[in-house]
Amino acid sequence: MKNHKLYIEKNKEKFDYVIALAGNPNTGKSTVFNNLTGLHQHTGNWPGKTVTRAVGLFDHGGKRFKVVDLPGTYSLLAVSEDEILARDFIIFGRPDVTVIVVDATCLERNLNLVIQVLQITDCAVVDLNLMDEARRNNLKINHSKLSKLLGVPVVPTSARYNEGMEDLIAVIHQVAEKKIICRPFQMDLEIPALNHAINQLEVKVRKVYPELPNAKWVALRLLDGDPGIIDAFRNDEFREVALDFDGLDGAG
Amino acid sequence: MREADIQAKAVGQVLETAEELRWKIGQDIHEELVEKIYQDAAGIADRVVTRISDESKNSNRFLDSLVTNRITGIPIMIILLTIILWITVIGANYPSSWLSELFLGVVHPFLKGISDKMSLLWWLDGFLLDGIYLATAWVISVMLPPMAIFFPLFTLLEDFGYLPRVAFNLDNFFKKTGAHGKQALSMVMGFGCNAAGIVSTRIIDSPRERLLAIITNNFSLCNGRWPTQILLASIFLGNLVPPYLMSFISAASVVLVALLGILLTLALNWVLSKTLLSGELSTFSLELPPYRPPRIWQTIYTSLIDRTLIVLWRAVVFAVPAGAIIWLSANINIGGKTAAEHLIDFLNPLGLILGMNGVILVAYIFAIPANEIVIPTILMLTVLTTGAGSLSQGAGVMFELDSASATGKILVNGGWTTLTAINVMIFSLIHNPCSTTIYTIFRETGSKKWTLVATIIPLLMGFFITFLITQVWWLVDLLIG
Repeated sequence: MKNHKLYIEKNKEKFDYVIALAGNPNTGKSTVFNNLTGLHQHTGNWPGKTVTRAVGLFDHGGKRFKVVDLPGTYSLLAVSEDEILARDFIIFGRPDVTVIVVDATCLERNLNLVIQVLQITDCAVVDLNLMDEARRNNLKINHSKLSKLLGVPVVPTSARYNEGMEDLIAVIHQVAEKKIICRPFQMDLEIPALNHAINQLEVKVRKVYPELPNAKWVALRLLDGDPGIIDAFRNDEFREVALDFDGLDGAG
Repeated sequence: MREADIQAKAVGQVLETAEELRWKIGQDIHEELVEKIYQDAAGIADRVVTRISDESKNSNRFLDSLVTNRITGIPIMIILLTIILWITVIGANYPSSWLSELFLGVVHPFLKGISDKMSLLWWLDGFLLDGIYLATAWVISVMLPPMAIFFPLFTLLEDFGYLPRVAFNLDNFFKKTGAHGKQALSMVMGFGCNAAGIVSTRIIDSPRERLLAIITNNFSLCNGRWPTQILLASIFLGNLVPPYLMSFISAASVVLVALLGILLTLALNWVLSKTLLSGELSTFSLELPPYRPPRIWQTIYTSLIDRTLIVLWRAVVFAVPAGAIIWLSANINIGGKTAAEHLIDFLNPLGLILGMNGVILVAYIFAIPANEIVIPTILMLTVLTTGAGSLSQGAGVMFELDSASATGKILVNGGWTTLTAINVMIFSLIHNPCSTTIYTIFRETGSKKWTLVATIIPLLMGFFITFLITQVWWLVDLLIG
């Protein structure tokens, strides 16, 4: 499970930025991956297809991007191997940008994962994929409004037909270089006692790791009794995450 | 205290506080959290998505109503699979014969010519050209065409979105036998190649259910074994009926064998679930994705690279030593008989009890690397022992004949009867996996124990069932005749 460390080596000679590809199963994530990296991993039309981690590269604007295709997950809260892997990579692998591939034909269900990811990281881009199918099903999606509501860029694509990929790459690049600043949607739990507890815990977490950008999320997971996060916290794994953000202004 | 200790203490305190707060709040935090996420997601989606007309996914529903129907679902599956198998068999015939023509009819004599000019020592020439080269050429020409057809077809079906429906239909059967619905998918994959079927078991999360899928995958009749089935069915079974029924009977018997394989898969699941691999069923939530028009050329390309070529490569790697051993065994003389003949004589008693013979058993040992070479090896060994020298091209040289009847003559000459053919067809279905598959099993499970289990169980079952068939046959023979 500590495999994410493999991806952390920011060996600047090999690549400049790390991009994580997250999303529900069967949203065309691997197709997006293939389009970005030119690899020909086989993509099939049934969920649960990506059974090994795929890693690829692409260049844009003089910079090199390493893309990691995470397994499809419906949420990051449960404890299946896939979900732990995806979550661990997003938080400990510290990708520069997390691209969440979303199925435009069932946005509501996909937003579950998006919201959860935005709690963990704020360097994210939503790839609104399967737009061709949405059109075929007579669905219209206001992606700029979606972008405003979520606080992150939203790029409509039809990865199967290679549409929108240029825009996606450009936006990814801009987010990676912090030319676009994301202010992600923050969930409000609306229960005073709960919120109070979260804030209390968050303060304590910040005392231990002052530079941790998503202290609130960590507090929430600890409060929820998340075994993986509790272990990671106990083993001081968040130190590196905090250190990584040390000295960066305005990040997180 | 050292800094690390201070840190550790602080961390501990945070965790304690978290624990306290959790108890204090008392509510189900998790539920609240999940509910809020759903609410927010719904709220956002509501404000952003508009449905232009009320047409829902009609074609999808219609297709699914046919395909997952209790009555029509399974017949449709069987028909589709039969169609794919049929196209594969018909389609593979031509490329197979071209490739054999090329490798065996052109390149082989050419290489022989070169070695002649080089005055290569007879045993080196035999070892390299008749042993290694022939085995490899055989595997490629027999194995490549069907795989190059089956896998793309299968993958197109997969791309279209049909396969989750198969899992859906068969889930109940697999569940009742203690296995996972997704095993249906690895099982179908195994009809192309068992090694690929094993790799596809990765889609099953639970280790117990994955092992069930791996161990039983061998009962999916892989591409390499169809030629054996088809050939024997047409020679020995087609023979029993009037000519106009011949091809139908042959085809039907092969389909029956394949279905028997599926039955055995379920049966072994059940037995293993009660004994070695007992445990709980894991939940299976399956999303039926919408049907999508498959991207034909891309699929063909990726399936050829991802599946066909990789499996082929592994098969070649194992065919090389096999060819060497086969040739050596037929050319090394120990005390007046070749090594092969010694083995054959040794195994003959066992073979006869099982309704087969020593030649067949030895051929199966030699064919562990690749099921495709069973028939050619049997022919070679039969000719070796019966001395029908005019048809062969030398000791230790595998061959196959264009006409089924010529093949039949050699086999009958070697003592074959209808019973023999039936037993070989059954044994071909129920014996140990080929070495590529064994190797793949080891790679996937990382366990010597389970690899051994997966190798031995089918073999023992094969012995048992052929033994049973033979006894029943003789009994019936006794009672009638």
